[in-house]
This record gives sequence, structure tokens and C-alpha cells, in this order.
Amino acid sequence: MSMGHNTAGPLLAGRALVKAHGRTEALRGASVELRAGEILAVTGASGSGKSTLVHCLSGIVRPDAGSVTYAGERLEELPEKRLSELRRTEFGVVFQFGQLIPELTALDNVALPLMLAGTGRAEARAAAGEWLERFGVRGQAESRPGELSGGQAQRAALARALVTGPRVVFADEPTGALDSLASEQVMSALVHTAREAGTAVLLITHDAQVAAYADREVQLRDGAVASLEVTA
Amino acid sequence: MSTRHILLGLLASGPSHGYDLKRRHDERFPQARPLAYGQAYTTLQRLVRDGLAEIEGTDSDGGPERTMYRATDDGTRELARWAGEIAPPAPFVTNEIFAKVVVSILSGGDPAAYLRAQRTAHMERMRELTVVKSASGADLATVLSADFALNHLDADLRWMTTTAARLTTLTAEVDTA
Repeated sequence: MSMGHNTAGPLLAGRALVKAHGRTEALRGASVELRAGEILAVTGASGSGKSTLVHCLSGIVRPDAGSVTYAGERLEELPEKRLSELRRTEFGVVFQFGQLIPELTALDNVALPLMLAGTGRAEARAAAGEWLERFGVRGQAESRPGELSGGQAQRAALARALVTGPRVVFADEPTGALDSLASEQVMSALVHTAREAGTAVLLITHDAQVAAYADREVQLRDGAVASLEVTA
Repeated sequence: MSTRHILLGLLASGPSHGYDLKRRHDERFPQARPLAYGQAYTTLQRLVRDGLAEIEGTDSDGGPERTMYRATDDGTRELARWAGEIAPPAPFVTNEIFAKVVVSILSGGDPAAYLRAQRTAHMERMRELTVVKSASGADLATVLSADFALNHLDADLRWMTTTAARLTTLTAEVDTA
């Protein structure tokens, strides 16, 4: 089910990535490609290197060996300032727990990335409202994270990840703390919205039913790719 | 699965003929094997024979004449009994995937390669079902049947993942049995 414009080569590629935490090698030569607009699931057991892979691909940590290329730029060669800019403007990130700022309303949480990028408060809040609407949580705009259900908080976190119009969203176990129906709502909203916006999603999950929302799956085992499925 | 009870269930909403029951069966159980018209017809005859349904009359509705059936009181009671009866959890493991893995170990095959290929096929089917379930306007029968299939495929996958991890130990045990 890949999209027609995905044939131009990968938007983001990690090649032969190696990364150790102390004496533990989390990644041992993993290679992954993400095409523009594609939804890719990265699955694997706990400790297989999934989260480390996302940290390397999103430029949060530098790999010990191997390379990460985003839209033709080698991340390891970029100065920190340019890397920060990429992370702010091109990448969106969602974790298992949305990590919304508890003191801010859902609306202000979503508006924040725009305001940090220089958008005025009124304009940022208007755009944030539209994104909350897309994720079906406009009615919770003035609620604080503590007043939201797990599913509502994750949808607000997704709105925050997408509000700046990133080309890639990294979602690390975004439904890990949710029951099956809330998980379904979050995944449906993410997939629908990402497809509409043409955003590529790198989805980390240990749940096959969540991975089934993706166009294809890459399985990690012991820090390397165990199988690379090619789907139509 | 009991086709006679499913047909009794479809007759609960009023008299109907074989073709209509076949059509409604396929609508209500969208991921199930479609009911053959011949099977609907013979099942209705057996329900009549057993006193659970009876012939209401015929209906042509501008087309060919069709026999209309309705449930009897006995049929309604039988349906209620069956619907509330617990389905016994399967006492035996008779799954083909399980059998193939064991046979593959016994015959010196490559069960790990088989499990990888089977996983790919399962994931592909799960993606198809997820698209079906997530489509705008999907009705409840479609969502419920896709959920059912997805959860069973997911259970297979979890067993396959565990088995792949256990394979070394399992091989040693089957070898020495």
C-alpha cells in the first residue's frame, strides 16, 4: 500500500549503524530506509535496539559507526545548530507517554512548538486548535494533561508532533500504555492524518496489531535487521 | 460453526427465503466463507424436518416463486439455548502452523525459515484487515469480524515469536523424545 510518489529513493536512511551504551552494543550494523510519506513499523523484542535506532535516525544521539542521511544531508557531518534546526522543523517525536507539559492546557502544549519557532501566540493557538480538531480532541483544548484520558493525551501529543508540519514523525511505542480501543483510535488518527499531510512515520512497536497500520515492517533482532519485508 | 443455528438466528427477524438468508448471512459474517445457496436450502429442509422451522408460504415478488420459511416456537427456544451455551475451549491443539513446526523439527527441516515466511504472510493479512477495519463507513459487522480475525492472527504471531526464540531448546526436546 505504499504511495505513488515514494519511488524517488529514501527520505531518511540509516546505514550499518553501530551504537553501544557502555559495554552493551544496542545497534550492530542496522540499516533502515524510510521513504517520503511512508509509514514504517520497526518491531522487535525488548532490548533489540528499537529505541536506540530512533535516537540515531532522529539525530538525538550520534552513532559510533555508520551513517544517517536525511534528504541528502549526512547528519553526522552537520554542526549541532543545523541538527537542532532539523529536529525542530523537519522531525516530530512522540513517546509512549506523551510527555505533555502538565502546567499547560492541551491547546498551549500544541501551540508551544510553533511559538518557539517564532509564530505569534494567537496564530499558534489557532493552528493548534485545528490540529486538535484533526485528532478529535478539540473538546479537550482547555484541559490540562492530568485531566485527559491516556488516549486523549496521546492524540494531543500527536497534534503537537505534527503542528510544525514535519516530514518525519518518530513514534516510539505511542500506544504502549493504552488499552486496545484507545490504541485503535490513536493509530487511526495518526495514520489518517499522516497520509493526509504526506508525513512519513517511523513507528516503533512490539504490538503486531499496531504494526499492521504501517505500509511495511522492519524487524530488529540483537541490534540488526532480522528481516526486511517488501510489500506492494 | 452451526449453520442451522445461524439460519435460525436470521429467521428471528421474520420469515425469509433461502436466497435472502444466504445474502444476509454473507453480509453479517463478512470475513466468513460465503454460504453456498445449496447449503442454505438443505439446512432449511432439515430445520423443517426437525420441527424448528416451517414453511410460511411462497413469494414470487415479480420473479421466480420462492418458498418462505419461519422459525417455530421450538426453533426459537433451540436458538436461545444454543446462543447461551458455552463453547468449550478447544481441548486439542490441531493448528497447521504448530504441526508444521514440529514436523519440520522431526524431519530436519528449517522451522526458523518457515516461521519467518509465515510471519510475513500473517502480517500482510493483518495489514489488509486493518485497512478494511479502518475504512470510513465500515459497518459494525465488518469491524467485529476484522477484529476477530486480527486478534487470532496476533495470537498466532505471538506463539510464532515465542517459538522462534525457543527453537533451540524445543529442537533438543523433540529430538530426544
